[in-house]
Formats: sequence, C-alpha cells, structure tokens
Amino acid sequence: MSLLLVGLTLMFLANKARPALSKTGSWYFLTKSVWNPALEHFGVFGLLMGTGIIATIALSVAVPTALAMALFINEYAPRRLSRYVTTVIDLLAALPSVLFGMWGLFALQGKLVPVARWITHNLAIVPFFRIQASNTSLAQSSFIGGVVVGIMILPIITSVSRDVMSQVPREQCEGALALGGTRWGMIRSVILPFGRSGIVGAVLLGFGRALGETIAIALIIALRFKANSHWLSAGGGSIASLIATRFTEASPLELSALVAAGLALFLLTLAVNLAAQWVVKRGVAR
Amino acid sequence: MSSVVTDPTVPGGAPVAVTAASVLRQASNPVDLEATQLSAWFGKRKVLERCDLLMERHKVTALIGPSGCGKSTFLRILNRMHELVNGAAISGTVELDGVDIYSGKLSPTQVRTRIGMVFQKPNPFPSMTIKENVLAGLKLSGTSSPDRDLLVEECLMRGGLWNEVKDRLDEGGMTLSGGQQQRLCIARSLAVRPQVLLMDEPCSALDPISTRVVEETIHELAPDITIAIVTHNMQQAQRVSDRCAFFLVEEFGKPGRIIEAGETTQLFASPRDPRTLDYVTGRFG
Amino acid sequence: MSGRDHSVVEDENTFLVKHADLFLTEDEMLDRPARRRSLNGRDLVDVSLATIAAGTTAIVLRLTLDWNGLMSTVVWWYLLFVALYFVLVRDRTSSEVAVDKAVTIVVWSLAALIAGVLGWMIVYLTAKGLKLLRPGFLTSDMRSTGPLTTGGGVKAAIIGSFEQVGMATAFVVPVAVLTAVYLNEIKGRLSPFIRFIVNALSGLPSIVAGLVIFAAWVNNGHGFSGAAGAAALAVLMLPIVTRTSEEILRTIPDSLREASLALGAPQWRVVLRVVLPTAQAGLLTGVILGIARAVGETAPVLLTALGSDATNWNPFHGPQASLPLFVWQLIREPNLRQNDRAWTGALVLVFLVIALFALARLLLARSQRKLGRSR
Repeated sequence: MSLLLVGLTLMFLANKARPALSKTGSWYFLTKSVWNPALEHFGVFGLLMGTGIIATIALSVAVPTALAMALFINEYAPRRLSRYVTTVIDLLAALPSVLFGMWGLFALQGKLVPVARWITHNLAIVPFFRIQASNTSLAQSSFIGGVVVGIMILPIITSVSRDVMSQVPREQCEGALALGGTRWGMIRSVILPFGRSGIVGAVLLGFGRALGETIAIALIIALRFKANSHWLSAGGGSIASLIATRFTEASPLELSALVAAGLALFLLTLAVNLAAQWVVKRGVAR
Repeated sequence: MSSVVTDPTVPGGAPVAVTAASVLRQASNPVDLEATQLSAWFGKRKVLERCDLLMERHKVTALIGPSGCGKSTFLRILNRMHELVNGAAISGTVELDGVDIYSGKLSPTQVRTRIGMVFQKPNPFPSMTIKENVLAGLKLSGTSSPDRDLLVEECLMRGGLWNEVKDRLDEGGMTLSGGQQQRLCIARSLAVRPQVLLMDEPCSALDPISTRVVEETIHELAPDITIAIVTHNMQQAQRVSDRCAFFLVEEFGKPGRIIEAGETTQLFASPRDPRTLDYVTGRFG
Repeated sequence: MSGRDHSVVEDENTFLVKHADLFLTEDEMLDRPARRRSLNGRDLVDVSLATIAAGTTAIVLRLTLDWNGLMSTVVWWYLLFVALYFVLVRDRTSSEVAVDKAVTIVVWSLAALIAGVLGWMIVYLTAKGLKLLRPGFLTSDMRSTGPLTTGGGVKAAIIGSFEQVGMATAFVVPVAVLTAVYLNEIKGRLSPFIRFIVNALSGLPSIVAGLVIFAAWVNNGHGFSGAAGAAALAVLMLPIVTRTSEEILRTIPDSLREASLALGAPQWRVVLRVVLPTAQAGLLTGVILGIARAVGETAPVLLTALGSDATNWNPFHGPQASLPLFVWQLIREPNLRQNDRAWTGALVLVFLVIALFALARLLLARSQRKLGRSR
C-alpha cells in the first residue's frame, strides 16, 4: 500500500519532468518580464515579483492579526468564547477561495480604495507609497489582492501559533505572575520567547500558502506582466493567476511555458513550506 | 551605613560585609499576614473549610500535613494565585497588615509584589540570563531600582547563590543545577522587595546539600520578611519554623481543615489533638 | 467580603424553625463562595473619559482638516482612544499596568474586527445569493440559458462536484489511511521518505496540481473530463487526509495496542480490529474536512474538467461542471444576471461546506466523548 503511494509520487515526478523538456531557455525565462505568445517570448520575472509583493502584503496584514487572535484564544478570552472563536477560525480556513475573491472584488474593494487614496495622498513623501500618476486607478491593485489573501492565510498562522503557545509549561507562566507581572508582562517574557520559533514557522507556512493562491488574485488583480512596484495602484498578478487566465487559449509552446512557470512556483512554495515545517518542529521539540 | 549579611554558602556562615546600605533593608517592614475563616472551592467542590491562621512577622510559619489536604491551595490563596484557575472561589479574608487583599484596594498584581512565592519545581526563565532572571520581577511589576547591579548582588547574596554565580551573571538561567536554580528563584522573588514570602515545598525537588543551603537561607531571611512554608518533611518543619499549622482531611471527600496551630516546639512535643500526635510521630502520612 | 456577617440572623432557633425546609445550616449558609468583580469603577471612568476625549478630537480634526469619510474618523477615534486610555491608566497606576490594559483593548478589538469581517462576508454573500435561490435553481443547468434569459441553475455543477469529489475521496481514503497506518503503526524504514513526500505535497499550490494532470493526461489526448478533475483533487486531498489520519492514530494510547498484543493478537489484527475502530470517528472527521476543502477548489478543476453548461453524467468523457467552476465562470462575465447566478451558486457552495464542517465537528465531539476525553 505504501508502495502504491511511492509509485504515485514517482509518476508525478516523471510527469513534471516532461513539460520541462520543452522550455525555452530557462535563465531568460526567470529574469525577463514579458509574455508574448506570438513572438514566443516568455519571461516571468515580473510575475515572480508580483507573487512576492502580494504575499508580502498578505503577511503584513495576517501576521499581527493572527498573533493577536492566537493570544486572544489562549490568554484573553473566557473558555467558551475561545472555543467559538477557534471554530470560526477553522471555518474560515475551509471556505472556498472563490468566495474570498468575489467578496474582495465587490465588497471590500469599495472600502479599501479610499484607504489607498488616503495613503497615496498623505504619505506620498515616502516613495514606497507612491503611484505612477495621479489618475492611475486604485482598483484591482496588489494592495487589495494582498489584503484578501491575508485574510485567507490568517487561519493557518493563528492555528499553528496557538498550538505552539499553548505548550508553554504552566510553571513558567505562574512564576511570571507570582512576581507581580501583568498578563502582558507574562506573555512578553515567557510565552513569546518560548513560542518564537514556532511562530516563525507559522508565518512561513502562511507565506507558502499566499504564494500559491490563485483564484482570489485572478479575480481581483488586473494581470500585468511587468513588475509593478506600485502596489497601491492597479495591476500586478502572480504566476498562479497567469496560469489560470491564460491557459484556455494557449498554444502548445505557451502551454509548456505555463507549465514551466508552474514548476517554478512549485519549487518556490516547496522550499518555503519545508523550511516552515523544519522550524516548527524545532520549536516544539524544545 | 553598612549592614552585615551572612552568605550561607560560605561554610560556617561567616559574615560578609556589604559596604553600601542594604537596599533590601530599606524597602519594607515585615508585617503580619492573617487568614480568617478562609474556605476555598474548585467549582462546586469545597477543598478548604474555614481556616484561621496568623502568620506573624519575623517568624517562619510551617504548614504541615499529609498530601491532598489543601496546604498548597491555602498558600496560593494568600497571594491571589488561586483565582487563576477556572471556577476557583473563596470566602473569608486574608489581611496583609490589616488590609484585606481581596477587598479591591489592591490589585492582584500589587498583592503579588508584596507577597512573593517560590514554587516546588524551580522555574527560572529559560530565555533570560541569571542577572536578567533576578531583575525579571522588576520588569514584570514595573518597579524600578536605583542601583540594579547592587540589587542583583544583594538578592543573590541573600539567596545564597552569589559566590557561585558572581562570575557568570550573563549565562543562561538553565545552566545551573536544581538547587542553584531554586536559590535563583528565591533571589528573584526577593528583588521586588516583598513583605511576605510563600514557599511551596521548596526543597522537595532538591538534593540534601541544596536543601541545607535553602534552609539556611530561610533562616537568614526570617528576621526581615514574614515566611510561610509548606512542607512534607517534618524534620524540616522543626528545623526552620517557629510556628506550625497542621492541616488534615478528616474524611475522604471532605474539605481540608486546620486541626491545630501553635509554637513548633510545643506542637511536636505535646500537641493538643491526638491526630496531630499521630502525624508528627509518623504513624500516618 | 467577610463571611462573618451575623446581622441577618437574630435568633438561631427562630431561623431554623422558619426555614426548616432549607438544606443548609446557618453556618453553611454564611460560608459561601464570594463573588469578585474584575472590573472596578475606576476602569469605567477611564474608559468613558478616553472615549469622549478621543471622540471630540476626532470630530474636531475632521471638521478642521476637512477629511471626509466615516472610516477615517473612526480610525482616528480608535487610535486616540487607545493612546488617551493608556495615558490615563498610567497616571493612575504604572506604565506596566497601562501597557497591559492597552494591549488587552487592542487584542479584543482585533478579535472583534475579524469576527466582523467574517460576518460581513457571510451577510454579503447571503444578501446577494438569496435573490435567485429557488428549488428550480438546484434542478436546472445552464444548457439553455445565457446572459439574456432567466432561469438556469447549478444542477450540472452539483452533479459534477459530487462525482469528482466522490471519486477523489474513494481513491484518497484507503491510500491515506494505509499510509497513516504505515507511518504510525508499522513505522517502517521508508517512513522519513514518505513523510517528506507528504509534507512536500501538502504545500503544492492547487493550480500546479491541476496543471500537472492537464499536462500529463488531458493534453495528451484524453481531453477534459471529470475523472481528470477527480485526479487533481485527489492529489490535493491526499496529504491533508494522510496528515490528519496520522495525528488521530497518534492520539490512540499505546496501552490499547499493548493490551491487545499481550493477548496474543498479531499486529495486523490489532490495527484492523482495535486501533482503526477506535479511531473511526476521528478518521471520518479528517476525511470530511478534506472533502469540505476539495469541494471548494476551483483552480485544479479548471484545468482538468474545464466546466460545462450542460449536465454531463459521465465523468470519464467530456468536460464536466463543478460548483466552484460554475461560480468562477459566471462571476467573470460582465453581465449582472450571470453574476447573480454566480452569487447564488456561491451561496449553495458555502452552505455545503458549512454543513460538512458541522458534521465533522459533531462526529469529533462524539468520538471524544467515547474515548472519555474532554477538551
């Protein structure tokens, strides 16, 4: 039975290798930002950047909130409320990603565009917050997509962090309280140092998920191939959304380029996920 | 004005003079801690039945009795740690120098800075160095100290650990042996200058030599701080305490009570209650 | 909160006679747990002061600087409130206590925010989806309708989802459980290797799974089909179900296995007759959760089953619809009527996911009761 699994895996690997054979030069592929099926030029660099930008925005939304939720569940909420909140978070993880995309596009975008406008007007001193021109659209931006993906990865970061933090030995918590510590003092000096590596692992896991997210992004962000560092304005995209939107009309060559892009994405997420699991195991074993 | 502090780790207890005024001496006058008609519940289950006990200043009071009689619960009520358990409740009063600690005049965190606790299993903070461990109480309770290095030295001295760690204050707290860790915890508790120190079987996880050092530390601390210690070891109770309270659960399923309390010598030599006599002579327990 | 208030009872005998039906003696009545309040008056004062001050400042700011938007006013109010509250508490007590109280407020706010966002999502979905929700929606497909006509429904999609997820589950469950048994019970030499594979697969982006099946199967001459979709879903479900199964098996106490072995049973029988039945409900829970996740996956099915307007009962031949595909395709069309259908389809999908989720929870609670454990 386990041989069946191994056989399945080997088949999987073999299939992966086949499309890679029809790739165009791989260095070019990874470092250029162009997608022109007619001229047979393919370069996913811009999209790699886009994937990274979206994932980063998602993390900056998700990580503080997830940590607060984990602390809330473990330390602040009364027992019954904790259980409800945990159920709610788990439910959030099970909801289909189309729903997040739709809600993000129709409901959230309306609320976030004014926020983006406020940021670009008032914080334009800092180059990070600028947009290309004052009439550039603020809808369909990496910002909005990133926030939605952030909400999607929130549950997993919360769950893993909560697990790690609940394993703090009680006697250390009591020791901190017995010295006259407040709840936050105990959290800061005992729980957070204890859970540090586990939390890092959780964040990496969330990062891996954000990298692979397809549908929500494809729905929200207008697909652009050039790297768009103006994350508050329209345009961007990820490798995943590229595949989803282009594959129906793809020629055979473009198709293998898409597969190559998928392979690149898989390797990236694989690396992140393995790193995450290693870090979590190390933290828990201590 | 210099004061003299004895370093228990030096054989013979030779006094070691401290050149500056003792930081700890200035801090607080020892006070009485009195529990009146104290009962305790975990949810619906009653575990302590109307206990009255006066723990006098300058004295060490030992709480003795067989396992499961509620001695530790009693102790945890004294520094408001009992209420951390879901469903825990009490009735009665606990007065620190006349002020009921449950009345709302003092917040739980304030109570715990005045009434410190040392636990059965040594629990130094693993992420901190020895020095940081001693000062942890200051950071946690938000108090400040004029001279932190002096405070560290003073506390470690009184905890009987200074000589052994003075050259490695920046090493992690977990590099010490069990007995040393416990003395570190004592030093840590002293840093916030409590008026009372509660000790929950502090030596039960230690080897005999560390036990001896900790007992000497208790002896040194007694004049300046009110101490209440829970112990299973009757010889230890006789060695360190001035007064004793004997806890007992009379019948299975009933809450624990204080059967008898009094001067240690008297309690052990000629107790009033026959059950006390049975316990101290080792007939059960 | 003294337990010594004797003013209530004047004469013991009179009292006992009057209240002879009470179980408690006078003494016991007075010796009752005291109730403690965790918030005291000063906290409320601080909160009110901070609220009012922050509110006024926010409104003043809005008027003078001419910012419009309710949101910015609320955000400013919140930030000022926390800052002012912090300062007020710090003046009364110490900065450590003030930080603690401020953090408490922030943590509760964030929790409320998340609850609010989720609530918003569900409410929005329900509001938009209820419009077209009729029994007819579930029993008709999209074959004969389009942007300009009314009617239409998810019948094709439901059947497609059912078949695809069903086939995937039928494959995944035995393989996952057997793998979990191998990893946890047999603990063979291949374990680290297999664990690595499972962990690696669990990070697979859903679209890449679809892409692989597409490249290897669909594009190789077999064409789009529901079975291809099932295969993609199986690749995604496998690591999840394997992981949860292994964890469930791990929670079964070893003493159970040891007792059975001591009775002379061979290991395979111990696993089959003792371990697995005990783990039954937990394993089932894991499977149901895997199904719930698979039902909502769009990307892998997009590349393999493609979706269709007509009902396709045959999963082995021709494109097939699925619920998430239905939603995805219709929401992308620039037509309001199609969008409405998408929302209703999404509502149906979410109902399904929540129902599965609730079922899994119920089973889990029941299994934990059986094992005598309470969380």
